[in-house]
Amino acid sequence: MKFLHLIWCNLKRKKTRTSLTLLSIVIAFMLFGLLAAIQQALVGGVALAGADRLIVRDKVSIINLLPQSYEARMDRIPGVDFSTHQTWFGGIYQDPKNFFMQNPVEPEKFLKIHPEILLPPDQEKAWLETRTGAIVGRRSAERFGWKIGDKVPIRSTIWRQPDDNATWTFDIVGIYDGKDKGTDTTPLFFRYDYFDEARQYGKGQVGWYTIRIKDPSQAAEVAKAVDAEFENSPNETKTEPEGAFIQGWARQIGNIVLIVSGILGTVFFTILLVTGNTMAQAVRERTGELGVLKAIGFTNMQVVVLVLAESCLLATLGGVIGLGLACVIVPLLAQPLSGLLPLFFLPVRALFIGLGFCIALGLVTGIFPAIQAMRLRVADALRRM
Amino acid sequence: MAGPVNWISQITSITKFGLLSLPQRRGAVAATIIGIAGVVAVLVGVLSISAGFRQAMSASGAPDGAIVLRSGADSEMVSGFGRDETRVIADAPGIARTTNGPLASAELYVIINLPKRTTGTDANVPLRGVEPAAFQVRDNLNIIRGRMFEWGKDEVIVGQGAVQEFAGLDVGSTIKVGRYQWPVVGVFTANGGIAESEIWTDAKVLQPAFNRGDSFQSVSVRLTSPSTFQQFKDSLTSNPQVSVQVIRQTDYYAQQSSRLTLLITVLGYTIAVLMAIGAIFGALNTMYSAVASRTREIATLRALGFGRSAVIVSLMLESLMIALVGGLIGGALAYLAFNNFHTSTMNFQSFSAVTFAFKVTAELLINGIIWALVIGLVGGIFPAWRAAHLPIAAALREL
Amino acid sequence: MSEKPSTNGALVKVEGVDKIFHRGSEDIHVLTGLNLQVPSGEFLALMGPSGSGKSTLLNLIGGLDHPTNGTVTVGGEQVNQLSDNAMAAWRARHIGFVFQLYNLMPVLTAERNVELPLLLTHLSHADRKKHVEAALAAVGLSHRLKHYPRTLSGGEQQRVGIARAIVTDPTLLLCDEPTGDLDRKAGDEILDLLQTLNRDHGKTIIMVTHDPHASARASRTVYLNKGQLSNEPMK
Repeated sequence: MKFLHLIWCNLKRKKTRTSLTLLSIVIAFMLFGLLAAIQQALVGGVALAGADRLIVRDKVSIINLLPQSYEARMDRIPGVDFSTHQTWFGGIYQDPKNFFMQNPVEPEKFLKIHPEILLPPDQEKAWLETRTGAIVGRRSAERFGWKIGDKVPIRSTIWRQPDDNATWTFDIVGIYDGKDKGTDTTPLFFRYDYFDEARQYGKGQVGWYTIRIKDPSQAAEVAKAVDAEFENSPNETKTEPEGAFIQGWARQIGNIVLIVSGILGTVFFTILLVTGNTMAQAVRERTGELGVLKAIGFTNMQVVVLVLAESCLLATLGGVIGLGLACVIVPLLAQPLSGLLPLFFLPVRALFIGLGFCIALGLVTGIFPAIQAMRLRVADALRRM
Repeated sequence: MAGPVNWISQITSITKFGLLSLPQRRGAVAATIIGIAGVVAVLVGVLSISAGFRQAMSASGAPDGAIVLRSGADSEMVSGFGRDETRVIADAPGIARTTNGPLASAELYVIINLPKRTTGTDANVPLRGVEPAAFQVRDNLNIIRGRMFEWGKDEVIVGQGAVQEFAGLDVGSTIKVGRYQWPVVGVFTANGGIAESEIWTDAKVLQPAFNRGDSFQSVSVRLTSPSTFQQFKDSLTSNPQVSVQVIRQTDYYAQQSSRLTLLITVLGYTIAVLMAIGAIFGALNTMYSAVASRTREIATLRALGFGRSAVIVSLMLESLMIALVGGLIGGALAYLAFNNFHTSTMNFQSFSAVTFAFKVTAELLINGIIWALVIGLVGGIFPAWRAAHLPIAAALREL
Repeated sequence: MSEKPSTNGALVKVEGVDKIFHRGSEDIHVLTGLNLQVPSGEFLALMGPSGSGKSTLLNLIGGLDHPTNGTVTVGGEQVNQLSDNAMAAWRARHIGFVFQLYNLMPVLTAERNVELPLLLTHLSHADRKKHVEAALAAVGLSHRLKHYPRTLSGGEQQRVGIARAIVTDPTLLLCDEPTGDLDRKAGDEILDLLQTLNRDHGKTIIMVTHDPHASARASRTVYLNKGQLSNEPMK
């Protein structure tokens, strides 16, 4: 570490040049953080899917409803712990831009099958006692300024009540939090019994089922068994693990991973060139000085390490600043983007990957100049001075 | 300072010296060119996604077309009409008429599961049941392979976008609709518009397959002219028999894609801006060192009498030329890699898949070149200024 | 690595040394069958016209280069046979270099420049500081510790160079035209310093120069011409 001073002073040599290279690196890592957040928002849900949950939907089309009577039949299938359903409500709160999900559910079963939804027991009790009650996630509650006790009107684009009224009013009885950072706390959930009784048509029909299975390793077998049960019924089913379902959904959005990787690849390649060029120039200019160091008695390996340490220090400094800036900016963007990308955050995993890239960048840009420095013949170098 | 002709010849000389010394600096110059090319390629590539999407959207709506949905529905999917209501709508004034009747097509819009060719995972593909007028209500519909389906028969035709993106839609294959197997008899194009993402069949045949009774979801009409829209709309919204909203086709498609377009555009530009800033730093770096390595040469020229502004202008020219080369290469790369790259995405608003192609438009390419020149300009001006204002004596001594 | 002078009193022994440079297809014989012995405590001046190979000889003695043939022994150690890493370590311990153009690191202060060779030892930060201050005191620059080379005069920079050369208490000081870039007055000060180091501190010094004024300060002068050594200048 006594060499740190020497390395640092060398970096300060051409302040303008070093600052500019540093700034390009900072920008590159800011982009990295931003793209990591985007990728997480679009396809990250897969990692959080329950390994012990299956999703059952209509085989022909996702917009077809399934009979509520299927629930009892599903519960009897071996391997199934229990099942519960949800339905797409398609509601709008004040402005279509305020998009978030609202689904009617069976409260007790719903909370049991989704342990990542954290609701205080007293609020759960209130929900079970209030027919028109609804629980909402912390994110939406904060966004719309809702508190427990508020009455919230939501207009459904699909479901109407008997008086042809498309606006449904719910009482907020609970605000839930998510167990993980990536748990979606934008949806609102209300009671199915209230929904089914009040809706004009489609009674006794639901959108999709979630099944909890007893043994996650049996997922594929149980899924097959469920579909077999309803084969040749008016509504045939398609059952798959929750992770696969989310992944299929994400894949429809597009090959996001490919696009993001492509962009990042180009960005890093460009930065590599810029930084590599800077390092190469820096070493070329210092041929004489490196010769002096060798004359004083620095070994070849020491000179190589010196050059690599310099490039790694530069890359890591830029990377840390860039990632730091990304950590600050991403939360600021989360609010305005919440309509389009409800879960916008920078996963910690990405920070570690980013740091890894820093080191890699430092090594790759430093290696050729370092080898050149190593091969330097002292006598030639001194003469060139 | 001598007159303008002298000034121009000074600039020419200095620029010439600069270009002659390029081979010595080829490493640094190449790095800058590649860097700028990379930025421009990514910029144009990312923006070609939204350009392609927008083009697909705008090719979908005819200016004299209109669509009628149930009031309160924000897309066809959640709208609903009975047969009687569709008749009332078709009788409204303002609709173009032929000997066969009004150009109005009552339509059913559902989604079916089909695997994507690229990943094998399911996608929600739109399946539309139409009436005969559907082909006159929209522009540019052409059967390019196979044939049109026969009315009343369990047959479908598929859009060119759909057949490219989803498996099992080639002419001759069958698709499963519920418990039915329907053959695909033809492929159609619609000028690149949204309809190409869809599968079409006779509405009367689709209704029983999806247990819809005699109901529809929308009515698409062709007006006698774009100006009759207001008349058409007013007559329906004031009619107590129906509860509708009337939208121009062009507006409808724009609305339907607004969220997706916004997302792609915002993200695209954010990424592009950040990359451009990074590239500017890179270019500054290169130009600074380019100038630094020629400090003595430039000082000598100034000592000989070449003017400051001539030095600045010629250094700027050099920077701009390098940037231009980078921009052209980047634009060419983007065009080759991305133009007409076919893909599909999901329209959040309607849950259904939308197929479209990336489009590297002339406008995008020009923008890309302009970005490159801006980078070259900003990257070149500070070093040039500095070089021209360095005290000559000190610069001459610099090793 | 022996620190004592060899038993026959010669600190440096150069025996039968040839040095041939290859430039393209040409072979340039810079040194031919060279023999030289330098006893411990001597201040030797090495003179000759440019291109005569003086710096090459110095580089060979300092372990910066290998002879094509022959042996170079310093303090009992056969330098030409050491591996690159061993040579580097040996140099760090035994040799101090003083260059014509000072070769200081512009980004480091005077004291940090002098400290450089000590970074290769295992001395603690405090010990290093002590040695640096002693070296700078010996050359009379204690008041310029924190200055950067660009704020020092030519003579002061060279004194920093000498301080760096002596900070590890080396066996041998090799100086390549130490006064070549200085005016008469500054040059004289440097030569005074070298003489003091030699007479009062017993440092063995080999100095390459083309200035007879400088060589007059040495205890012995040898002349190198066309790769051959003699005790008389060539006519």
